[in-house]
Amino acid sequence: MRDKYDIVIVGAGPAGSTTARFAAAAGASVLMLEKDRDIGIPVRCAEGASEAGLRAVLENIDERWIDNRISEVFFHSPGEKMVELKFKQVGYILNRKLFDYDLAQMAVRAGVEVLTKAYVFDLLREDDKIAGIRFSHMGKTFDVKSRLVVGADGVESRVGRWAGIKTRTKMGDIETCAQYTVHDLNLADNHLHLFFSSKIAPEGYLWIFPKGDGRANIGLGISGDAAAKKAPVSYLDEFMAERYPHASILNSVAGGVPCDRTLETIVLDGLMLVGDAAHQCNPITGGGIAPALIAGKIAGQVAGRAIAEGDVSAKSMQDYPRRWHKAEGRNHQIFYRLKNYIYKLTDDELEGIAEAALHVPVAKRSLVTLFRAALVKKPSLILDAVKVFT
Amino acid sequence: MKHNFYSKIAYDRQLCDFCGACVAVCPHDAIELAEADLSITESCTFCANCVHVCPMRALEIIDAR
Ligand SMILES: Cc1cc2nc3c(=O)[nH]c(=O)nc-3n(C[C@H](O)[C@H](O)[C@H](O)COP(=O)(O)OP(=O)(O)OC[C@H]3O[C@@H](n4cnc5c(N)ncnc54)[C@H](O)[C@@H]3O)c2cc1C
Ligand code: SF4
Ligand code: SF4
Repeated sequence: MRDKYDIVIVGAGPAGSTTARFAAAAGASVLMLEKDRDIGIPVRCAEGASEAGLRAVLENIDERWIDNRISEVFFHSPGEKMVELKFKQVGYILNRKLFDYDLAQMAVRAGVEVLTKAYVFDLLREDDKIAGIRFSHMGKTFDVKSRLVVGADGVESRVGRWAGIKTRTKMGDIETCAQYTVHDLNLADNHLHLFFSSKIAPEGYLWIFPKGDGRANIGLGISGDAAAKKAPVSYLDEFMAERYPHASILNSVAGGVPCDRTLETIVLDGLMLVGDAAHQCNPITGGGIAPALIAGKIAGQVAGRAIAEGDVSAKSMQDYPRRWHKAEGRNHQIFYRLKNYIYKLTDDELEGIAEAALHVPVAKRSLVTLFRAALVKKPSLILDAVKVFT
Repeated sequence: MKHNFYSKIAYDRQLCDFCGACVAVCPHDAIELAEADLSITESCTFCANCVHVCPMRALEIIDAR
């Protein structure tokens, strides 16, 4: 490790590793710091991603990253109506331990230096300008200078805050989650299950994502407001006790997802935010893997060019927010409006929607038909749904 | 719970999963969360956001008298 790099990246998730790789490929010297002892562990994720989302950034998709392929999803209503929907494109359940690790390794091959067990806890400043970061590693404190700092530090991001950006997630916008990876379930391996019900997961949903061989990620996310009344882990334990009382739990995690629009400010002079740190995950699904890759690629390219041209001012890096909003950010505003409506539906309304959707034959059902049924009382949002789902 | 001069956020390290949801919603950046070590700093105003958001119910406002 040197004491000076062009770019320091905080956090080695998909956003950090992808930003690092593309910035290094453009010629910048890059250090990426991760506070955990391992990259890719713990897996705070249900590991679902569409093939298209990964292909947007990754030239090759390694079979080792894919635990399972999904072809259908079943929506469960509060009264246990099941609405089946066939996927138009391939859905993957990833092995994120390997996936995240390989993304970091791709960065290393591009010339990035990586250090784990490195907890970043402050920004350095020179003449009021951001000039690097301070981190602790094995009981010692280190200062590393850089021309650009990238906050890719996930849902718990603090890098933006230290720089004066308001990055706090509102209680209504965070989905707070608990998940078990369970074994020996009697489940069809190619079917996702999503449960919508105030009793199972208020202001959110419960998922069963099969990982193949009878394994599955079973978890749920509810809003911070809903969690004030009862904790996610309690909802999950009740669901497990009722449906799978004898399942073996081989992994359990907690987590939060910022189900929000992209932060207004994601670049400052000498600073960028990427991934969950920038609130870039899809606010209605909570899916943040593909968005982190897409944002990371743009951010890395823009950062690399800023370094090459010797100008890391916010003004010179506006290409990053501009391209991000064009690619995904604008759609996220629509998803956010849809989420705020869908997550607040009552159980009776959800039941009615399932009823209406079941009248449409499976072969003709799509996400748009589902949203049409869901939005009958809110026709203004139907146009939105058509825009993002067709 | 109402807070007073003796209030403190107690954290149960048996329950905590070090997931960072509490850090995300803290209005005062009062939570330090390293790999497996959580602490609350003096900027805390006892708003209870962290207590409520925690998926594991690992936090609690207590009276430390
Ligand atoms: C329960 C759950 C289920 C989910 N399911 C899905 C899903 O099925 N599909 C999907 O697409 N998305 C899912 N997501 C969301 C997805 O996991 C995230 O959006 C994605 O990981 C974001 O990537 P990232 O690189 O921005 O952040 P992260 O992957 O969180 O990486 C951030 C990294 O920064 C590190 N870090 C943080 N602070 C510091 C610091 N101060 N110093 C050094 N390092 C630091 C962290 O340790 C972490 O490794 C889920 C999330 C949760 C919680
Ligand atoms: S939200 Fe709860 S489980 Fe997660 S880090 Fe904070 S105290 Fe720990
Ligand atoms: S009580 Fe409020 S201010 Fe104090 S640590 Fe928790 S979220 Fe932050």
